[in-house]
Amino acid sequence: MRSPHGLLLLSMLAFSAGASALAWLIPPYFHYLFALAAAWGIAALGLNLLVGYTGVVSIGHGGFMALGAYAYALALQGGWPLPLALLLAALVGAVSGLLLGFPALRLAGPYLAIATLGFNAAVSQILLRWQGLTGGYQGLRLPGLPLESVLLLVFLLLGVLLWLKVNLVRSLVGQALVAVRGNELAALAVGIPLAWAKTGAFALSALYAAVAGALMAQAAGLVTPFDFGLWASIFLLAMVIVGGLGSLYGPLLGAAVLFWGHQLLSGLPDLRNLLFGGLLVLLPLFWPRGIRWQVRAWGRKG
Amino acid sequence: MEFVADVLQATVGGLGAGALYVLMALGLVLIYRATHVVNFGQGDMVVFSAFMALFLSQALPLWAALLIGIGLGASLGALSERVLMRPAALRGAGPLALVVISLGIGLCLNGVNGLLFGHAIRSFPSPWPSGSWVLGGVVVPWPTLANFTVGALSAGGLFLWFRRSLLGLGVRAVLEAPETARLLGVPADRVRLLSWSLGVGLGGVAGILAAPMVYLEPNAMLELLIKGFAAAVLGGLTSLPGAVLGGCLLGVAENLVALVLGTELKTLFAFALIIVTLVFRPEGLLGRPVYVRV
Repeated sequence: MRSPHGLLLLSMLAFSAGASALAWLIPPYFHYLFALAAAWGIAALGLNLLVGYTGVVSIGHGGFMALGAYAYALALQGGWPLPLALLLAALVGAVSGLLLGFPALRLAGPYLAIATLGFNAAVSQILLRWQGLTGGYQGLRLPGLPLESVLLLVFLLLGVLLWLKVNLVRSLVGQALVAVRGNELAALAVGIPLAWAKTGAFALSALYAAVAGALMAQAAGLVTPFDFGLWASIFLLAMVIVGGLGSLYGPLLGAAVLFWGHQLLSGLPDLRNLLFGGLLVLLPLFWPRGIRWQVRAWGRKG
Repeated sequence: MEFVADVLQATVGGLGAGALYVLMALGLVLIYRATHVVNFGQGDMVVFSAFMALFLSQALPLWAALLIGIGLGASLGALSERVLMRPAALRGAGPLALVVISLGIGLCLNGVNGLLFGHAIRSFPSPWPSGSWVLGGVVVPWPTLANFTVGALSAGGLFLWFRRSLLGLGVRAVLEAPETARLLGVPADRVRLLSWSLGVGLGGVAGILAAPMVYLEPNAMLELLIKGFAAAVLGGLTSLPGAVLGGCLLGVAENLVALVLGTELKTLFAFALIIVTLVFRPEGLLGRPVYVRV
């Protein structure tokens, strides 16, 4: 399947540039929020590769976000230039994703979920206790960047990573992942290297999460061990579920909906938990495939 | 010699804490074995139990309040099963969907608990007398002994019930071979309902015994839940005796780790244990290996 790769990339980058040009139109406080929202979008895109396309459950991707954020922050503190620091974050994400994904191969459904839960919690604990490296409770401060730059950066990366994902999904690799989700045994029978597929999906989703974590840390100027715990992982999973499993742009929609929902309810954390939890409960019951597919189904009926 | 005394002390304390992990793990394993769902909302249901018990204790004698609180938590479990998990399973929800629903129940309940009870940290009355018993250089606080006894009696009672009572036998039948049990007339639906009630109830007992030590607020039971998971995974998510073994081992082991490496690493140890167990022996110490049928 040949798609006009170059044209697609250009249009994605144009979109990103345009989106961040909005920065000049909106009040400065929203720069921060938009940057965060886009960063969550990146993480959601990545998790969708794992959960939506390959069918692997993870409620621990906050751990990868944390690792990416801290790697980025430490690199910056060490004097590394920004692009290298980001690259480090991505690398840390990919490697840790591989390391977790490999043993994860042996685990099914709920066992895997618990393992990712344990991973996320372990990362938080290690970041908290290793005070010499990570600054413990207080976390690490990042050298400040003007928010417009951060916004531009985030959208640029969003464009690039989205383009990457689109290409991946439309390629044979993407087809392989979907095959794995459908029926692992059948996929194996057809010659798809199951282990590579799942581990690769893990690594890639972790890479996205790590980059997103780094960007969030840069936007906030600070990263602490409490930023990317269980709540963040569930939040991320919810974005993928709400947006639509296995859809290209769905996670972005889910990220937008949930992030702004979170902002609206930020003064009322209990109500927020109630509503988000309710959403997580009701969606698999009534809209099992998420908003995006539901909209498409409505479109077909109409 | 001093070291031996320390180790014994750590073991005693570990068995007391371990009893609570056993109770939590038994609840989780019971629910998992009966319905193949990991109840991620167990912690929040237990918080609900404890808060209700706390408020009732202002009007009722402590024992009555505690028991009613546990009962209310159990009903919450039953409600979840009947209203949410069962319809989901009937609609053919896959493992991802069930995990998501379970997480959703926990998150939603977390919000409800916050709204109903507020976030002020409250002290919780302990049903046990304070003070301790000194036995040959080892201090055994009454609450530790009492918790251990409750844990032992509950586990023992559960196993006896499984073996002796008709309903218990029915539950065991469904746990072993659901299809056969249904064919033989065992009401599988009622068994599932009962498993969730009993499962959350056991968790409730653990929570109420833990509450005086951790102080009560909506997120107070998270650590107990995670340790319950660790114990259940260690013993085998499909094994009830495994839950008992796992709980005791975890309690003692984490205390020994604390003795050697310091108490800050206790929680990390529990997580590490989960990961290591899942990596090297996913079925746990006593669980059945998971095979995928072609």
